[in-house]
Amino acid sequence: MTGLLIRGAALLGAHVDDIRVRDGVIAARGSLSPETDERVIDARGLVALPGLVDLHTHLREPGGEASETVLTGTRAAAAGGFTAVHAMANTSPVADMAGVVEQVQRLGQRHGYAEVRPIGAVTVGLAGEQLAEIGAMARSEARVRVFSDDGHCVHDPLLMRRALEYVATFDGVVAQHAQEPRLTVGAQMNEGALSGELGLAGWPAVAEEAIIARDVLLAEHVGARLHVCHLSTAGSVDVVRWAKARGIAVTAEVTPHHLLLTEELARGYDARFKVNPPLRRDEDVHALRAALADGTIDIVATDHAPHPIEAKECTWAEAAFGMVGLESALSVVQLAVVETGMLDWSDVARVLSSAPARIGRLEGYDEPLAIGAPANIALVDPAHARSWSTADLRGRSTNTPYLGRQLPGRVVHTIHRGVLTVDDGALVAPEAVAAAHQEVARG
Amino acid sequence: MVARTVLHDADITRALRRIAHEVLESRRGEGRLVFLGIPTRGATLADRIQRIVDEIEPGVSSAGSLDITLYRDDLAKSPTRTPAPTRIPAEGIDDAIVVLVDDVLYSGRTIRAALDALVDHGRPRVVRLAVLVDRGHRELPIRADFVGKNLPSATSERVSVRLVEVDGADEVTIEP
Amino acid sequence: MRHLLSTRDLDRETAIRILDVAEDMAQTADREVRKLPPLRGKTVVNLFFEDSTRTRLSFESAAKRLSADVITFSAKGSSVSKGESLKDTAQTLAAMGADAIVVRHHDSGAAHQLAHAGWIDAAIINAGDGTHEHPTQALLDAYTIRARRFGAGARGRDLAGMRVAIVGDILHSRVARANVWLLTTLGAEVHLVAPRTLLPHGVEHWGATVHEHLDDALAAAPDAVMMLRIQSERMRDAYFPSAREYARVWGLTAERLALLGPDTMVMHPGPMNRGLEISSAAADSARSTVLAQVTNGVSIRMAVLYLLVAGSSGTAEPTGGEG
Repeated sequence: MTGLLIRGAALLGAHVDDIRVRDGVIAARGSLSPETDERVIDARGLVALPGLVDLHTHLREPGGEASETVLTGTRAAAAGGFTAVHAMANTSPVADMAGVVEQVQRLGQRHGYAEVRPIGAVTVGLAGEQLAEIGAMARSEARVRVFSDDGHCVHDPLLMRRALEYVATFDGVVAQHAQEPRLTVGAQMNEGALSGELGLAGWPAVAEEAIIARDVLLAEHVGARLHVCHLSTAGSVDVVRWAKARGIAVTAEVTPHHLLLTEELARGYDARFKVNPPLRRDEDVHALRAALADGTIDIVATDHAPHPIEAKECTWAEAAFGMVGLESALSVVQLAVVETGMLDWSDVARVLSSAPARIGRLEGYDEPLAIGAPANIALVDPAHARSWSTADLRGRSTNTPYLGRQLPGRVVHTIHRGVLTVDDGALVAPEAVAAAHQEVARG
Repeated sequence: MVARTVLHDADITRALRRIAHEVLESRRGEGRLVFLGIPTRGATLADRIQRIVDEIEPGVSSAGSLDITLYRDDLAKSPTRTPAPTRIPAEGIDDAIVVLVDDVLYSGRTIRAALDALVDHGRPRVVRLAVLVDRGHRELPIRADFVGKNLPSATSERVSVRLVEVDGADEVTIEP
Repeated sequence: MRHLLSTRDLDRETAIRILDVAEDMAQTADREVRKLPPLRGKTVVNLFFEDSTRTRLSFESAAKRLSADVITFSAKGSSVSKGESLKDTAQTLAAMGADAIVVRHHDSGAAHQLAHAGWIDAAIINAGDGTHEHPTQALLDAYTIRARRFGAGARGRDLAGMRVAIVGDILHSRVARANVWLLTTLGAEVHLVAPRTLLPHGVEHWGATVHEHLDDALAAAPDAVMMLRIQSERMRDAYFPSAREYARVWGLTAERLALLGPDTMVMHPGPMNRGLEISSAAADSARSTVLAQVTNGVSIRMAVLYLLVAGSSGTAEPTGGEG
């Protein structure tokens, strides 16, 4: 069976139509009758979205396989409705050379759950001293276009200037993790009245805002693109809004958790809520939502950061920073901005698919669900609601902040290049996915 | 089911007078008497008895309180209880005639605890026990030397002692 | 009361109750036999991840005076220093049958975790967690102030109307935090004194008056002045230019001591940096309560151990009793 007929889905939450998938592409749309040799998927009541694209994921392989691998990470991604993920470079060895990025990309291709687009490091070993071989990575089979030292800030202003200029040569973008290291030594949570009360060292908002302010001015000066990772404060939103008004080529992302959770969760010292940048105040959550709605923030990116149990089941100060987020991303976005009426499903398609693809120079996602485009589709049941548990996770790690929380929506089917990776809520087995891709390639 | 008064205020006064006389008699003219009452009402009674003794024979007695909360044998069975103050007269209890005073003698466990507490404060020459009411049902080999009233009772019955200083009136009642 | 993690959890009634029970405990020091039996057969574990001889000895002494069995587990040379996690340590202690754990840890929130993570079912007493809290220190400080001021009439009283100044590295001080919450609950007026670099963000919400100069706070005629040790080991960067400048502007010098009223208490949790935050003149003066604080520490810790460990772990106080 090489074809799929998706019947009765609401495309981007609006117009109900059938979609025919054949030979890995969207072959037709409209009111369609089933043909032989195609499987019919009853999608009545479901919303059809383009396959989601994550611009910020940590797959941990090579080096961190205890927490996640390309296989388990892309399975988690598929479960969340993603068909493409950009894998951050802070692996071991660091992805600062063509060899590493090609290996990661090939693993993604072999497993077949999602397209893996490796992100290349800006500096060698993420040490912030010397530029990495950006050209080699851009020209490799991995065709890297996004470069980031995420985990670390490119804090040296001269190096950031050079990076912006050099990366532009290859039509790439620097994705900055904005955190002035000197202002955040030993920082544990947002700096504020609560951090003072809890006795946890503070991570002041200005440490993020000052770097973004500097970087947008640098980007303007050298005429290069800049992308800002995981915006977390109202002040950062103001800086980006100012920069865009000036015509500076800056894009920004926000994580699902920063759209929903606040620093109050630190009160119980439960390190599941420890993340970098930290959870902030209510005012920041509202500013970020408004910025996503008005386009100041271009995309939602998960910053999926798996960690082993022992890295979270310890004192706050000892715990690692990070939360997993691929499986819950769409549900959290639905809860935070769709159900509050700030975004509709076509906006979701933009912020979680077409816009991140455009920033990452990923092809095939510019026009959602277009005829002739590769068949990357997510079918979502927005009416489903459940209490989030570790049973809803599909990756290797369980450090999710949503345990026990009611989250809406459920990904029912995910289709990657015409192949079902999630079928009726369940992940398809690796052998079946690989076989299906081969069949599509042959057909 | 109504409470029955077994001792009215006058009965209580008479009983305490009698106890005071009996204690002085047993002293046989020598020895320092220290009345230590078990809070709350035992301590009140100890003060009253000591005042009567001091009227009859001044200068041979003093009174205080001995809290037994920290010596109870059933501490782990209920939420932690707050102790009441322990006030030992300045001369202490070494070589004294200590008279423990309590309102009701029942199982005897309170007095057992009081003896343990007493021993940690010093070494009296002799220890006696005075109670206003002995209601029987001893669980330990303890007996009172001076008793205000013997009151046979069923374990299902409740004996209540009220004193003016604590409860506003003097009376002892029993109810089913 | 199942655990003692933070003075923020204590209401006025409970706080006064602890101080009153500590008075009963203090009496035993004058007795022939200084021991009490209520914790006989119970095991108290001192779990000290951070070095602290004085607090550890104080808790050990308190537990032993209540007839408890005491096991001390300090970080150096133990499995803890070999990288054993807090969780594994806690579960090992549970397997050994600990009834109460007195824990001191370098990370804020460690005591809270031991109490709530489900690794162990013992009473948890916070003996200092990171820069967060040190409830028994605040309790012994409040007890000391109350005893000095009211003497034999202290039982049942709070600290309403009293003025206490806390001076020093407020930013990194768990003693300061614990004291601010407790003194406020007991009705005292709290004044904090520190250079701005040593004041936490949001301190204006703590319900205390903040001064950046010690002389301003002393002009308000406090009943007690509590000097905090300048913790050089906690500082990662320059918070003030030099020890000399600190002593000059914020130290309790002999000159400032002379300006204090005759009954103003001079307090310090110890250990003291003589010549830095407190002059020898102040430390050794008649106003100093430093040694009384140490003595009172044992009584307070006895009270806390008794209240948390002796009874069953319910919440209501029983009424009445039998004879």
